[in-house]
Amino acid sequence: MLIKKPDAIRPSELTPEPVYLNRRQFMLGSAGVLLSAEALAASPFSTREKENSWQEITHYNNYYEFGTDKSDPGENAGSLKVRPWQIAVDGEVAHPRHYGIEELLRFAQEERIYRLRCVEGWSMVIPWTGFPLASLLKQVQPTARARYVAFETLLRPSEMPGQREHTLAWPYREGLRIDEAMNPLTLLATGLYGKPLPNQNGAPIRLVVPWKYGFKSIKSIVRIHLMETLPATSWNLANPAEYGFYSNVNPAVDHPRWSQATERRIGEFFKRPTLPFNGYAEQVAALYRGMDLRKNY
Amino acid sequence: MTPSIRPGLTPSSHITGFKRAVFALCLLPLARALWLAASGDAINPIEFLTRSTGTWTLSWLLLTLAITPLRTLTGLSILIRLRRMLGLFAFFYGVLHLTLYLWLDKFFDWPAIGHDIVKRPFITMGMAAWLLMLPLAVTSTQGWIKRLKRRWGLLHRLIYPLTVMAVVHYFWLVKKDLTQPLIYGTVLAVLLLWRVARRVATRARPAPLTASDGGRGTR
Ligand code: HEM
Repeated sequence: MLIKKPDAIRPSELTPEPVYLNRRQFMLGSAGVLLSAEALAASPFSTREKENSWQEITHYNNYYEFGTDKSDPGENAGSLKVRPWQIAVDGEVAHPRHYGIEELLRFAQEERIYRLRCVEGWSMVIPWTGFPLASLLKQVQPTARARYVAFETLLRPSEMPGQREHTLAWPYREGLRIDEAMNPLTLLATGLYGKPLPNQNGAPIRLVVPWKYGFKSIKSIVRIHLMETLPATSWNLANPAEYGFYSNVNPAVDHPRWSQATERRIGEFFKRPTLPFNGYAEQVAALYRGMDLRKNY
Repeated sequence: MTPSIRPGLTPSSHITGFKRAVFALCLLPLARALWLAASGDAINPIEFLTRSTGTWTLSWLLLTLAITPLRTLTGLSILIRLRRMLGLFAFFYGVLHLTLYLWLDKFFDWPAIGHDIVKRPFITMGMAAWLLMLPLAVTSTQGWIKRLKRRWGLLHRLIYPLTVMAVVHYFWLVKKDLTQPLIYGTVLAVLLLWRVARRVATRARPAPLTASDGGRGTR
């Protein structure tokens, strides 16, 4: 098998030291104030697989707010203004409030090199920077009734041309169960390759849930709403038979129109087998114990 | 194939030159795609090539179907000399399209391919359309036109259902944005409606579809 388990190895142990130091310097140089040296701790959750290039990660995007072609976001997302930016965190929390982007960037940022598996059958390895969603949720203190977390993307058709078309019900919505949201793998990403997140990748802040299909990792978030009932999600609304609420990566459950057993890692010629939970079973399989994953696709 | 030249038509050297030019034009998209795939501009080159070849198969089917209306509207009879070549280019791109799927998508995993064809409606539809192209390509030669006589015209009417099926294939494979299949579907609808309208206009006399005109009948 080509894919290594995401074992508890630090990238610093795996990447030749000079290369690693170079990268950190590069991060410091390019991101300046945003990411300080201490804040960029290496994560035991990072994979050691070969990362996809900046060009690949920023020019092959599904971000329908900027068009349905994968080259559209790279071409159209420049128009989006990502400052000022606020996220409203509300609903079933003890301390509902707004977070400005500057404040969010003060959470301890770390690098997480994650696999990303798109529901369409391709995958990448992406070096995100960001912080666990759990850190934010702990600050606002979810109440006992908070069973789900709903997310919303910015709605601004003037800067997001795709929102002028009726491809999906805007704004884009996603959701997680609270235990999924609190899992340490679940990341709020603010950067890519140590640089601030490019617009086409969901600037200024997006979710990254590496064991679920990519569309769950909602971009350009403006609202996080904790609630008792199952939140509506965009792709599920668009086509409930094809896109379930959970959408965990699962080679055994095909998309009705194509197989999910294999994937093409961008940049590779041969296809590789898809792993249950995208290779993160060790961290997350317990969340779904006793559930029928065929029914809860 | 050199077409049999009949008196009254454009001199053969002109036709040959014209056909060569169109032939070269028909290869341009392939050259462009290979260039883009090789230069690294296409991030997912295999997906890019699969989709491109699919688009051209359909485009060349529609071009083939556009010949008769164009000839009628413009009176340029030379256009009919292109029809076989355009149809064969549709088949050529269709062969590339299917090969890419069998080889670079499925790596000749026949059980998985069989499963796809049976279980995935968009593949079933694409496969059926492709299989219908096969006899048309095989019987495109003068020899077959002569051999099949009247039945040749009947057989080649298969282009209508197969192109409809190709458009359905397109509708069924897109994830959400139907713009592209709608565009191709509209072009096909116009080309078919034109024929229906003409049939109605010349109700009494159905267009001859015999081999006597070298398969160049009104279709
Ligand atoms: C007359 C025959 C066919 C025509 C005209 C045709 C046409 C098309 C078109 C227009 C597309 C979409 C291109 C795009 O997204 O821009 C496409 C995609 C595709 N076709 Fe076909 N097709 C044909 C036969 C087949 C056959 C026989 C197969 C496989 C058995 C096949 C498999 C596919 C696949 C896998 C895709 C890509 C789907 C994706 O990337 O999501 N097609 N085809």
